[in-house]
Amino acid sequence: MTQTKPPSSETNAEGAYLCLQGVSKVYATHDGPVRALEQVSVGARRGEFLSVLGPSGCGKSTLLMIAAGLLRPSNGAVSIDGAVVTRPRTDIGIVFQSPVLLEWRTALGNVMLQAEAKKLERTAAKRRARDLLGAVGLSGFEDKYPHELSGGMRQRVSLCRALIHDPNQLLMDEPFGALDALTRDQLVLDLQQIWNQRRMTVLFVTHSVPEAVFLSDRIMVMTPRPGRLDRMIDIELPRPRTLAMRETPEFAAYIREILDLFLARGVLREH
Amino acid sequence: MAEAERSLPRSPAVGVAEPEASTERSRARREWRVRIRNVLYPVGVVLGVLVIWEAGTRMLAVPAFLLPPPSAIAVSFIANAPLLLFHGWITTAEILLGFALSIVVGIPLALAIFLSPTFSRSVLPLLVSSQAMPKVAVAPLFLVWFGFGLLPKVLIAFLIAFFPVVISTAVGLASIEPEKIYLARSMGFGATATFFKFRLPNALPAIFGGLKISITLAVVGAVVGEFVGGDVGLGYLLMVANGSMDTRLLFAGIVALTVLGVVLFLLVELAERLAIPRHIIAGDRGVHETA
Repeated sequence: MTQTKPPSSETNAEGAYLCLQGVSKVYATHDGPVRALEQVSVGARRGEFLSVLGPSGCGKSTLLMIAAGLLRPSNGAVSIDGAVVTRPRTDIGIVFQSPVLLEWRTALGNVMLQAEAKKLERTAAKRRARDLLGAVGLSGFEDKYPHELSGGMRQRVSLCRALIHDPNQLLMDEPFGALDALTRDQLVLDLQQIWNQRRMTVLFVTHSVPEAVFLSDRIMVMTPRPGRLDRMIDIELPRPRTLAMRETPEFAAYIREILDLFLARGVLREH
Repeated sequence: MAEAERSLPRSPAVGVAEPEASTERSRARREWRVRIRNVLYPVGVVLGVLVIWEAGTRMLAVPAFLLPPPSAIAVSFIANAPLLLFHGWITTAEILLGFALSIVVGIPLALAIFLSPTFSRSVLPLLVSSQAMPKVAVAPLFLVWFGFGLLPKVLIAFLIAFFPVVISTAVGLASIEPEKIYLARSMGFGATATFFKFRLPNALPAIFGGLKISITLAVVGAVVGEFVGGDVGLGYLLMVANGSMDTRLLFAGIVALTVLGVVLFLLVELAERLAIPRHIIAGDRGVHETA
C-alpha cells in the first residue's frame, strides 16, 4: 500500500496540465481567520480523472474554486500548462452541487447560455446542445423549464452546459451529492461514458468513497480541516468500469484503504 | 408471500385500467368542486354582506345620509356615471404618472444602492425618513410649491409609491445565489452581460412584488393630494359629496376608487405575467452546502 508521501513529491508531476503549488486559503470570519486549505500541491495530468475526496469542511470545494480561478489562494499558485492563473478560467466546464440553472430559461436555453458566452455560432451550437442533451437521455425535454425537470435531469442539463464548448477541463463540485442513489449511479455511468469519449481532464470533488474509486484515475484524499493532501491513491481498475466491478476484491481493497485512512485520521469512528 | 398471492382475486377482467379511470374521474370531480368553491364562496360572502346591509338599513330605517343602502349607492353610481368617469380619468392620470415616476426614479436609485455600498449608506437614512414622514403633512407644502394642478398630486403619489420599488429592486438585485455569479464569471460573461442575463431576470419577481405594492399606494397618494387641494379628481368629488351630505355619491366615489385600484393592480399583475412567462421561483434555491 502507498505510504503517505510528503506533498512536495506531488508537485510538478511530469506533463502536469493543472498544477497547484503550495496552495493555502484562509477565510476571514467573525470568529477570526479560518484555515480552509494548507499547502496543497498537486498536479493533474492532461486527460486524467482526478478526484478530491475528503470529509465535509476539508476545503475541497475551496480547492476547486481556486483551480477554476474563481477564488484567489492566500498563498501558492495555480498554473495551467505552466501559465499562472490570475483570473477566472473560461476554458473550463464547471458543475456545482446544485444545478444552478436559470429558472427563466428552458433546458436548451440553459445549455445555450455557455454558447452565448463563448459567442459560438448559433445553429451549430444548438445542434450540439441537442446532441448533448440527447446523449444524457433528455431528448424531448429540451423545451422544458427547470421546475418541470427532476433533480437528476437538472443536473444533467448542468453537465451539458459544462460540455457544449468542448472544454479542456471539467471541474465538478460534488455534482451528484443531492441526488438519490439510483439516479446517482446512472449519472456516474453517464459521466464515465462522456469522459471515455472525450478524455478531458476532470477534477472531481466528492465525499463519496465508492464514487471516487469508480470514476478516478487517481484520488487525492484530504485531511479534515485545515485541508491538506493526505494520500494520493492510484486506481488501477480496468476501464470502462462496470457496476459489477464494485463487488470485486480489488474495488473493495481501494475502499478499505481509504476508509482505514479516514479511521486513522478520526474522520470515521468505529465504536 | 405465496399465501398472500393466493388470497388475491385473480380475475383477468379487473386490470389496472378500471381503478385508474375511477381515480381520474374522482380527481376531476374534486378539482371541479374546488373551482366552484373558489368562486362561489367569495361571491356568496359579498352578496350576503350586501343583503344584510340592504335589509338592515331598511328595517332599522337608517337615514340615507348616515348609511345609504347598497341599492341607493348603485342608483347614484349609475346616475353619476359621467361625473365619476370624468373625475376618475383625472385621478387615473395622476396615479399612472406618479407610478411611472416611481419606476423611473426608483429603479435607477435601487441600482445605485446595489452597486455602491457608500451611496447606499449615504442615502438610505434619507429614504427611510421620507417614508416615515406622513405624506398628508407635506401635501399642503406641495400645494404652495407646485400650485393646484396635476403636478402636486403626481408628486405625492410618487413620494408614497416609490419606496417599495426601491427596496424590492435593491433586495431583488442583491439576492442571487453566489453560484450563479461564479457560473457567469467562469463562462466569461462581463459585468454588463452578467447583470442583464443573470441578475436582472433573477430580480424580476421581487421587482414586480414592489410594483404591486407601489400601484396601490399611488392610488392613496393621488387621493390624498386631491383631498388637500384639488378641484378635480375622485378625491375632490368625495370631499364635495361629503360637504353636501350626499352620502350616496360619497359611497359611489369610494366604489369607483376601489374598482380603479383593483383594475390597476391587475394590470401590473398582467405585466408581471408577460415579463416572467414562467413565474416560478425555483424550489431548489438556498439548499447549498459548501464542503
